[in-house]
Amino acid sequence: MVEIGHFALVLAFALSLVQTIVPLFGARLNNQRLMAVGGPVAVTGFALTALSFVALAGAYANSDFSVANVWENSHSLQPLIYKITGTWGNHEGSMLLWVLILTFFGALVAAFGSNLPATLRANVLAVQGTIGAAFFLFILATSNPFIRLNPAPIEGRDLNPVLQDLGLAIHPPLLYLGYVGFSICFSFSVAALIEGRIDASWARWVRPWTLVAWMFLTGGIAMGSYWAYYELGWGGFWFWDPVENASFMPWLAGTALLHSAIVMEKRSALKIWTLLLAILTFSLSLLGTFLVRSGVLTSVHAFATDPTRGVFILCILTLFIGGSLALFALRASRLTAGGLFHPISREGALVLNNLFLTTATATVLVGTLYPLALEALTGDKISVGAPFFDLTFGPLMLPLLVLVPFGPLLAWKRGDVIAASQRLMAAFALALAAMLVTGLFIDGASVFAALGIGLAVWLVTGALTDLAIKSGVGSVAPAVMVRRFAGLPRSVFGTALAHLGLGLTLLGIVATLSFGTEKILTMRAGETVELSGHTLRFVGLYPAQGPNYSEDRGRFDLIGVSGSPVGEISSAKRFYPVRQMTTTESGIKTLGLSQLYISLGDEGKDGSVVVRLWWKPLVALIWGGGLTMMAGAAMSLMDRRLRVGAPSRRRKQAVAPAGLP
Amino acid sequence: MKPRLSLTSIVLLLALVFAGAAHAVKPDEMLADPALEARARALSEGLRCMVCQNQSIDESDADLARDLRILVRQRLVAGDSDQQVMDYVVSRYGEFVLLKPRFDLRNALLWGTPVLLLLVGGMFIALNARSRRKLATKSLSADEQAALDAILRRD
Repeated sequence: MVEIGHFALVLAFALSLVQTIVPLFGARLNNQRLMAVGGPVAVTGFALTALSFVALAGAYANSDFSVANVWENSHSLQPLIYKITGTWGNHEGSMLLWVLILTFFGALVAAFGSNLPATLRANVLAVQGTIGAAFFLFILATSNPFIRLNPAPIEGRDLNPVLQDLGLAIHPPLLYLGYVGFSICFSFSVAALIEGRIDASWARWVRPWTLVAWMFLTGGIAMGSYWAYYELGWGGFWFWDPVENASFMPWLAGTALLHSAIVMEKRSALKIWTLLLAILTFSLSLLGTFLVRSGVLTSVHAFATDPTRGVFILCILTLFIGGSLALFALRASRLTAGGLFHPISREGALVLNNLFLTTATATVLVGTLYPLALEALTGDKISVGAPFFDLTFGPLMLPLLVLVPFGPLLAWKRGDVIAASQRLMAAFALALAAMLVTGLFIDGASVFAALGIGLAVWLVTGALTDLAIKSGVGSVAPAVMVRRFAGLPRSVFGTALAHLGLGLTLLGIVATLSFGTEKILTMRAGETVELSGHTLRFVGLYPAQGPNYSEDRGRFDLIGVSGSPVGEISSAKRFYPVRQMTTTESGIKTLGLSQLYISLGDEGKDGSVVVRLWWKPLVALIWGGGLTMMAGAAMSLMDRRLRVGAPSRRRKQAVAPAGLP
Repeated sequence: MKPRLSLTSIVLLLALVFAGAAHAVKPDEMLADPALEARARALSEGLRCMVCQNQSIDESDADLARDLRILVRQRLVAGDSDQQVMDYVVSRYGEFVLLKPRFDLRNALLWGTPVLLLLVGGMFIALNARSRRKLATKSLSADEQAALDAILRRD
């Protein structure tokens, strides 16, 4: 099975070359038969990559230690779920997942792209094939997961204990679906440049793909943040770590792309800019892959440290980013700029959104790469950490977030700020009230806290105002209002949900940072401690044995008002003997939207233990907001007008069964 | 939600306002004087743990981070100002330990990029909008007006 997987991978590489060359020539020669090769090849390439991936996952599930990759990253005692997720918990396997998703998206274009102009479709598949070819070659040449060991070792070296968590099952696949999803936008852009024109079907296709990629990337980042929060045992949810930045940059650029694509679709303005943004977004995804996979950064996430790989990915990076930008420079002047609009209009608001988001992306980019560049050029080592980003990224977000509720309320072409402001009066009043209440009535609230809470309330109420105005609140009868509300386009709900989610995330962040409390102390069994009105009793430390680890589990009782326990929290220190590593399993109790977070420290000789306790008010909103944003994207995708080719597909499905015996 | 905060935690919170809440400070390291301890925590947030790349010494469990935390507290007890402590740590470990790079010529590009880009982008958009408005408001020539009238009459 392993050899079949290896063979399928080589074959997939060969097919990706075919997918690159044949449709491209077909499009140039306007030869229908050559162009038609792209589709089936893309689908077959995906099937082969899937076979290869399944073969590797099978080797992991069976603990086949004759495969070097399995031996390095698995152990026979691991629970089955971690054996399987271990497939992508390492460099080679995660690259295989990367190309699997890439070919999956290529196959989707092939399967659902029948209503695209033939040349555009052929060019898109060719570009997608090029990306595939580069990464297949990278895997086969430098990161082959199928290399065998002879003699086969008896036992594996275990998966990194930090990765032995459900987070690994969800976070990388979601993140890659996002990262790689932008490859479609990239391929469409490069194809448009090759053709030298952008037509209506281009715009109709790019926006849903951007939405899909953005939705998954949002989920991936939110999930990664929650994983780091509970797994690393520091209780932090965002560290401005270069690896996090690597995923955050495509998200920021993708968010800008999402907004400019709306302008392009609705008003056919900003075409050239949208195209450039699509190229930049995927370039940032590639850059992220390079930063993480090459090991130029050494941080908690990076598990690859082989310079030959770094150089190889750098070549891929240069080829694709340099190539596409050069093509852009050559061809962009051929594309016609469309739609005129007044600066004060929805287009204008979206342009401002793009200005701030792009600047924020560049800020994160410079902050991430500057230390590397400086060290390479001068040998000086500096650090760029959270304080830098707080001082630069923070102020950039402030005006953007203030402007968010205005956008959906401005009309296309020429908007009226005064009318929009009047409609937002209620939202503004509520935000101001929230700010004052926070500042005056909560002890110890800082200016930052008051401003932040006010801004979050502004975003949430602004999003609700948009829905209310569009369903005619205050101007029509309640029955009509309900009917209008139900009849609103899904994309209106999508926008409102996404902006609402942003507000919720902000609320969670500000509340946790401003009103969170902590205690660090030494506790003995039976002692109690109080934190922000919650009383906890330390019951004791209990040793326990897991499948591939041993642990000391500290049990805590949450004491209710009556003095009796109302809940239990346990936190553990685990020891994984194979890797000789200790991990901290944090204990988390969710109370409403807030959490009590316990992390165990060192044990004393007298049975005492260092305990770190945090009260994190509204912390769940940080990720809840992310989920709301995802729901917004999903809602927007369900919009009628985005169902690309839905009628034609339905026709075909209706015909197909009749044709079959 | 009614957070009840002591004086210490208020001071702490003000210092922590922008920082992630991740700490690896151990009870035996902490100073008895809450004001001094709060300053130590705030300073620790800005110092990088040299061996663990992306954590501040306040967040890190590494031994080296602990040594640095103790060093910071020793200097504070000895009566140093915040700036003196930072200068002392930098003189011993280099600028690498600062999580917030200094505002100097070498880092001009780093600090300047956001401002520069915002200005350039803003100017570009403003100029673009102006030229477009001119384009949009340009009135029709007499010939064009006549042609338009002819078309409208036909309907």
